[in-house]
Amino acid sequence: MIRKITYTIFLSIIVATLILFFVAFPFGKNKMGVGKYYLNNDIKQTGAANVVTAVTLDYRGLDTLGEVTVLFAAAAGVSILFYLIDQDKKKRERQVYPNFIVRVGSRIIFPFILLFGSYIFIHGHLTPGGGFQGGSIIASGFLLLYLAYPGERVNRKKLAVTEGLAGLTFVVFGAIGIFTGAHSFLFNFFPKGTLNMLFSAGILPILYIAIGFKVGSEFAGIIDDMMCQTVCGGEK
Amino acid sequence: MIIVSWILIIIMIVLAILSVQFKDLLAAVVAMGAVSLIISLLFLLLQAPDVAMAEASIGAALTMIIYIIVVRKTERREK
Repeated sequence: MIRKITYTIFLSIIVATLILFFVAFPFGKNKMGVGKYYLNNDIKQTGAANVVTAVTLDYRGLDTLGEVTVLFAAAAGVSILFYLIDQDKKKRERQVYPNFIVRVGSRIIFPFILLFGSYIFIHGHLTPGGGFQGGSIIASGFLLLYLAYPGERVNRKKLAVTEGLAGLTFVVFGAIGIFTGAHSFLFNFFPKGTLNMLFSAGILPILYIAIGFKVGSEFAGIIDDMMCQTVCGGEK
Repeated sequence: MIIVSWILIIIMIVLAILSVQFKDLLAAVVAMGAVSLIISLLFLLLQAPDVAMAEASIGAALTMIIYIIVVRKTERREK
């Protein structure tokens, strides 16, 4: 009984605080001036036509590095979790091969998915999208191949090398910024170029290409781990 | 456009309730993927194409396939 009364009192205090908190904020009004600052100064300072890219890679570049690190930790965790499962106890299901249309169609479509994903992360500073979106599209292309050819696997060593090189590119290009100009990590030290051209916005396209490769190989690794729990052919 | 977004929101809420209520777990996973797809359409209507692309590729494709693999490894019917 006392416990119920205590819970009720605590809950009412929390609800009252939340109501007071949200009443203090006028709904629909812009409370932050930072968004307007980004919109006004983005082209002059970064040269990127896509303001979202300018915010995520230039103004908040360190946060993106942290985000990529979190994704790497998650992928590594999935790998470790499935490696610890006893290899002999894995239940191997009878492999069911998809029909002819799925196999040939996926083989035709796969290069176009790769091209589309690459287009998205190469044009990240011009059009919507970027490294994360392009990388996950590339990984879904690998997923299509896993569904169409259950006996095959990607080369995990090449995936790991790609991922490591991409991460190294990001950090190296960030570290070069320390020794040039503003003496800050991830400083945009390349020339800005003309707006709306492919070679513009300094180091932002390079960083987004690195993120695209990294995210694509990490997601492909996760898919490989997951698919090999059910249908999988060759050795690691 | 407002009518379209309201219709999408209502379909999304119905699908979200269905994904909890289904006893067939594969159907629940498909309903969840459909919720992600509709959320990505709504992001597009709200003029956030970057988020829409991320949601469509990660939420509707990769997450759904991981859930389908888990359903295949365990049991399909909820007890």
